[in-house]
Amino acid sequence: MAHLQSSAVALITKIVNRYKDEPTPLMMILEDVQKEYGYIPLEVQELISDLTGTPVSEIYGVVTFYSFFSLTPKGKYVIGVCLGTACYVKGSQLILDKFSQVLGIKSGETTLDGLFTIDVLRCIGACAIAPAVSINGKVYPQVKVDDVVKIVNEYKNKEVEVR
Amino acid sequence: MTKIDVVANEKQLLDKISHCGACLEKKFHCQDGHRAIVICGGTGCLSSESAEILAKFKSLIEEKGIGDKVTANIVGCFGFCSQGPFVKIFPEETLYTKVKIADVEEIIEKDIIGGGIVERLLFVDPVTKQKAQKQHDINFYKLQKRDVALRGNGEINPEDIDEAFGDGAFVALNKALHMTRQEVINEVLKSGLRGRGGAGFPAGKKWQFAYNMNVEEKYIICNGDEGDPGAFMDRSIIEGNPVNVIEGMMIAGYAIGAKNGYFYVRAEYPVAVERLKKAIAELEEAGLLGDHILGTDFSFRCHIRLGAGAFVCGEETALLNSIEGKRGMPRPRPPFPAVKGLWDKPSVINNVETLANVPFILREGADHYASFGTADSKGTKVFALGGKVNNVGLVEVPMGTTLRQLIFDIGGGIPNNKKFKAIQTGGPSGGCLTEKDLDTPIDYASLIAHGSMMGSGGAIVMDEDNCMVDVAKFYMTFITEESCGKCSPCRIGTKRVLEILTNICDGKGTLQDLENLKELSSIIKANSLCGLGQTAANPIVSTMTAFPEEYRAHVVDHVCPAHVCKSMMQYHIVPEACFGCGLCARACPTNTIVKTDAPSKKNPRLFIHEINQKNCVKCGSCMAACRFNAIIKK
Repeated sequence: MAHLQSSAVALITKIVNRYKDEPTPLMMILEDVQKEYGYIPLEVQELISDLTGTPVSEIYGVVTFYSFFSLTPKGKYVIGVCLGTACYVKGSQLILDKFSQVLGIKSGETTLDGLFTIDVLRCIGACAIAPAVSINGKVYPQVKVDDVVKIVNEYKNKEVEVR
Repeated sequence: MTKIDVVANEKQLLDKISHCGACLEKKFHCQDGHRAIVICGGTGCLSSESAEILAKFKSLIEEKGIGDKVTANIVGCFGFCSQGPFVKIFPEETLYTKVKIADVEEIIEKDIIGGGIVERLLFVDPVTKQKAQKQHDINFYKLQKRDVALRGNGEINPEDIDEAFGDGAFVALNKALHMTRQEVINEVLKSGLRGRGGAGFPAGKKWQFAYNMNVEEKYIICNGDEGDPGAFMDRSIIEGNPVNVIEGMMIAGYAIGAKNGYFYVRAEYPVAVERLKKAIAELEEAGLLGDHILGTDFSFRCHIRLGAGAFVCGEETALLNSIEGKRGMPRPRPPFPAVKGLWDKPSVINNVETLANVPFILREGADHYASFGTADSKGTKVFALGGKVNNVGLVEVPMGTTLRQLIFDIGGGIPNNKKFKAIQTGGPSGGCLTEKDLDTPIDYASLIAHGSMMGSGGAIVMDEDNCMVDVAKFYMTFITEESCGKCSPCRIGTKRVLEILTNICDGKGTLQDLENLKELSSIIKANSLCGLGQTAANPIVSTMTAFPEEYRAHVVDHVCPAHVCKSMMQYHIVPEACFGCGLCARACPTNTIVKTDAPSKKNPRLFIHEINQKNCVKCGSCMAACRFNAIIKK
């Protein structure tokens, strides 16, 4: 607990209070924390436990059950390659392999510079524009193996501009 | 945000509907030169920049000072997603497809101002090569009946509740409030409506169970955890007409005696969630959600809960646990949710599409609804037609339509002159149907009789290039990742099945493996706790039954007939077809494509290339890069 900055404690307390009138609000709290920080480390789970009275073991169980919650930080850009059926039969495995090859990481991993994480998605409902890739919510339709380098560079260039 | 008028009683509702109806009528059928531009705002088209296209239309309309002659707004999904983004012009109903930002100016100049048609943006039929000016001229739409579950999609603005009123929203609820609760249930029972989420349990019966419980607090829950990979109708229904689903939920809530309804929607569907939130907030402001709705004793509130990426939460008892802030693991049944559900209170869980059917049934009558469909399955069903088919998208057809009509008439057949191989329905719980099943009318019973199931309506078409063992392995990978781990037949059994399938795809399979697969499948089916496990082996059983020779080829000859399983296929350059351009060599990540000494037959100044199989990682980059179709798999 001591590791958390007071600003973080304040924000998480605010999130917990947001749902104090809801019955069983744990999922809603975790969703907001995940959205805010990109991950839910153990210290934060302990704080939520203190604030809500839910045992930390239960919170940990929930965090590790759902794929949207993460115990470790994700990259700045989360590349979600859809491996839903429609995307799969249109070759999205090859797209995933190409991202892995270009970035040098496997799915679920984050690049050393903290820029990219590759995630496998199970259908984002964009089946008609398969194969689809979603990066931080932006959906790229009908991605081809050839497009992968271009897409990665789009984000790398963004970083150069920022610097 | 504009202020929402309060609708406190029946008269105000009817006034509102007639006023908004006239506005909508004017928009769509205006005689005095007014035009209306609508742009698809579904997730598919949004990813192809339809929001930017709308912004461009708006800025051009202002720039050219024609704001008094034409309006532009978004509408829900047109369903024909492979041709998006769509722009439709009223009153002529001209439909432009695959519109880009750069096309907007031309549409304004030529169509809106000039009164002509931008020919190059019209849909061209892939088979007949004929251009279609209007939506209903397109074959994809001809056999469809899109006014039940998909009502309002592609027509009304999902972010403007006045348009929903104009389209008759709350007529059905108003009618229900004049009936007794039992009469409403009787009407739904009579309609024959069955659950659209997969199992097909009669909706009216579920309602009756909950109605019979003499308990003060009950809940109605809308299952929007559409996890079947390949299905997206629930997303589009919420995105395209959220008010219709809310109205369906309210009718169900009234019938069973619930005061609160919960929408459980996947976190993967941000657009749907936003529109649902907006619609709920506006209906609350209008007094149509809250206490004493339309001046009656009926009080109802809607709440939204998000999923967090767990397929098993689509199973109704797992969903309940998830709302309760627990791990999304299923509960043993009985007790059924209708007896002991959310927070141990009687609860009815209906799928999004099921609830979207309800207003139609009340408004038009159970008899009219039941006039569509077959003896065992009434009404319409929405399918997400995808995979290897020309016309990809969302299709609503009366039950009893045949698979052939679905794939070849509506879907326009298989692209690139490939041969139809199978259609997978029911997602990871379903199975594959083949050539011999094409004339089967689609309903709950017939799909099961042919070894598959309705499921939520995913329909993925596969052609000769798809390997069925690989497809089975794909589904099993999905299931092992999504199995919650509570019961061992599912947790351990599916892992073993996946290992066997992986072995087979790696070329190491034996005939004994096929026997083991069959045995494991029947054990998993008989002993799993919930629907996920009980149906997990279906894709295996159905592909083994329909394509025994393909499995045998993998384990006896160690050949993958579709050239998909990497261990049993190689890429080759056909020397006669190679132009010698070297594009493949540049695309190759392992530099394993080399130039030979032989001059190209197509261009003698260049040299034929060759793949050194030793370092080939079989990524397919070369095949994608080749412009002369000189690279083949064998």
